[in-house]
Amino acid sequence: MTLIEIRGLTKGYPGVVANDDVSFDIDKGEIHALLGENGAGKSTLVKMIYGLVRPDIGTMTLDGESFAPTEPRASRVKGVAMVFQHFSLFEALSVAENIALGMENPPKTNALSNQIRDVSLKYGLELDPNRLVGDLSVGERQRVEIIRCLLQDPKLLIMDEPTSVLTPQEVDALFTTLRRLRDEGTSILYISHKLEEIKILCNRATILRHGKVIGICIPKNETAKSMAEMMVGSKLKTPQKTVTNFGLPLLIIKNLSLKSTDPFGTSLKNITFNIRAGEVMGVAGVAGNGQDELMLALSGEVLTEVNSIQLENNFIGQSGPVERRLHGLLTAPEERLGHAAAPDMNLSENTLLSGFQRQKLGRRGFINKSGAAAFAEKIIEKFDVRTTSVSSAAKSLSGGNLQKFVMGREILQNPKVFIVNQPTWGVDAAAAAFIRQSLLELASGGAGVLVISQDLDELMEISDTFTVISEGRLSEPSPIKGVTTEKIGLLMGGSKKI
Amino acid sequence: MDISIVSLLATLIVAATPILLAATGELIVEKSGVLNLGVEGMMIIGAICGFIAAVNTDSPLIGFIVAALAGAALSLLFAVLTQYLLANQVASGLALTLFGLGLSALLGHGYSGIKPPSSPKMEWFGMAELPVVGPIFFNHDMMVYFSIFLVLVVWLFLKFTRGGLILRAVGENHEAAHALGYKVIRIRILAIMFGGSCAGMGGAYLSLVRVPQWTEGMTAGAGWIALAIVVFASWKPWRLILGAYLFGGVTILQLNLQANGFDMPVSYLSMAPYLVTIVVLVIMSADRRRASLNAPASLGKIFHASS
Repeated sequence: MTLIEIRGLTKGYPGVVANDDVSFDIDKGEIHALLGENGAGKSTLVKMIYGLVRPDIGTMTLDGESFAPTEPRASRVKGVAMVFQHFSLFEALSVAENIALGMENPPKTNALSNQIRDVSLKYGLELDPNRLVGDLSVGERQRVEIIRCLLQDPKLLIMDEPTSVLTPQEVDALFTTLRRLRDEGTSILYISHKLEEIKILCNRATILRHGKVIGICIPKNETAKSMAEMMVGSKLKTPQKTVTNFGLPLLIIKNLSLKSTDPFGTSLKNITFNIRAGEVMGVAGVAGNGQDELMLALSGEVLTEVNSIQLENNFIGQSGPVERRLHGLLTAPEERLGHAAAPDMNLSENTLLSGFQRQKLGRRGFINKSGAAAFAEKIIEKFDVRTTSVSSAAKSLSGGNLQKFVMGREILQNPKVFIVNQPTWGVDAAAAAFIRQSLLELASGGAGVLVISQDLDELMEISDTFTVISEGRLSEPSPIKGVTTEKIGLLMGGSKKI
Repeated sequence: MDISIVSLLATLIVAATPILLAATGELIVEKSGVLNLGVEGMMIIGAICGFIAAVNTDSPLIGFIVAALAGAALSLLFAVLTQYLLANQVASGLALTLFGLGLSALLGHGYSGIKPPSSPKMEWFGMAELPVVGPIFFNHDMMVYFSIFLVLVVWLFLKFTRGGLILRAVGENHEAAHALGYKVIRIRILAIMFGGSCAGMGGAYLSLVRVPQWTEGMTAGAGWIALAIVVFASWKPWRLILGAYLFGGVTILQLNLQANGFDMPVSYLSMAPYLVTIVVLVIMSADRRRASLNAPASLGKIFHASS
């Protein structure tokens, strides 16, 4: 039985066609995957189904009736619900208030709280309706979104990258819930980059490339690699590291503690580890367990006790970012736009932000414009950044291209130690493979690399040494060989040793 | 010194009412995530428009209504600039203040020195005759009670109604509110206009009751104090009353001390309310954790519905 038929949906924006004649069906009680690289048009497509964007051409039929929602409210009434990738939650409001905001006719607060408790018990999604969302973990926040959808008895549940921020255990729990919903007759449209998950969860998958449907496959019968290649349209290489032995410790962190100034932040507690020359160390953990604070402390944006950070023979706990860069410690923060790069400045100007001293892009306070442009050109060429020129504004680049630019800007400055937070977050498969490869090459050249990431597959692929951050504490680093996903999951949940 | 505590408290309430009205309006505006620094301009436009209307119709009530409409009309200008044309809110708000001050001077030409119709006191079944309590609480005009009633309504609205929840949601995270299908821009424009009409009434209270006559630039910083009080109250309606009466009290005390020939340069006393504003703001913002929990997270950010 078909629940929703999508026929010939087309949506264009100035300069690009986001969706070109897209047609597919979702059956009742089916988990249907939507696959595609960044910019393939997945978001636009689900926004059209959810009523946030109106198609230029094309029709949809829901349950045999014509379906053309003009706003999300209209599609919610028809039984379409959506869990967003960036949660649409309000931190300063309580769980119950957040859920009420997503409903058409919410009951009185007490009745709603009871409903929330009932649903959370029924589906094993533990949640207290009176807590502030700002105090919840990422996994709990997602439960809020899911329960908000479930309270409306949806026929179609759209999930955009639901597992990207969850621990393996939380993923298992989520899948149990989703399978149960499927068995009760709810259809689920599931968007994810994680192809292994799609293999075990989804009945069918529709693959988009450049806004067009390339094909429909049964994920069970495919491999992750074959699906990735269908998405990209070409063969993919797995990143390789050439050098495997380590040199002397370059960065020595000893009893690093830091009190977070953010009311929803996590304080760092007694963090101790070394990074050796040629080593790639991976730091896993669920978002909000101190990754941001660790990044700030290491980059020098927040100063710490002077002896807690040692780079070769220098104690740099009290040195700011500029001084640390001069010593050879370079960083790339998670937020590309606004932290790693200034959105409204062009690429050439953006090289000055971190390369001014090390690349000698200025003298006596004056900027060497041609030098900066030449450095930007070099980054664009070596890191395959797709852009029109060095005078394009940083915000005009796609996420993957900007990330390649940021990586290139730091790596081409020959860091002794390079620290990066979420190097491939929201970056498509081809760009991610490129970025991982360049991190491995950097380490092979004798630098120390620290990768903080929530993508376990990525860490398993590129790390030599592995550690987990949980509630501001770092587990003892251990070699990646012999580490299993289950063990990592336990560490993420807070146990101390592998 | 001869200062009667009773008359001090009674006049304090009158002095605090205009800033309480304006601050209540601004609280709603800021809760929706918009920072309108044009309170002073909207107040003074309300002061002159209310004054003209009251003088010409001989009805203070019509004066207040016209003042509210005039304040809302001026705030609509700010709303169009910031919500549709995506102009910077700080600059637009400052421009609104300067524009309001200039326009009011122009409109008020020929209205100086006239006495407006007096606003009758509310009748509380003779309770005004009670000792102490009577003159303090039961011997005021209707706007004093209206301002407190308005705080009650705003509190009930924000805490218990769906409309209030949506307003807070928009101020907290406009992207998320948009994704859920709420009309961010429409909600904000309504909030801005509510803020404008409250500021207008506050201004009219100055020209019709507190002073009562029209002089150029008569708001004399009351709008800025109203803005400060919203922060002082950490965006909680009931604390607005505390803040407004505290600031009103300092103003009144200062006038009384002057009248009693207290041996101190006048400038220091006139400075006092502003100094207290600064001190209170510093104390309030000293604890970053608490302050950032109360401020609407999208405050002052420009919303552009790109998706």
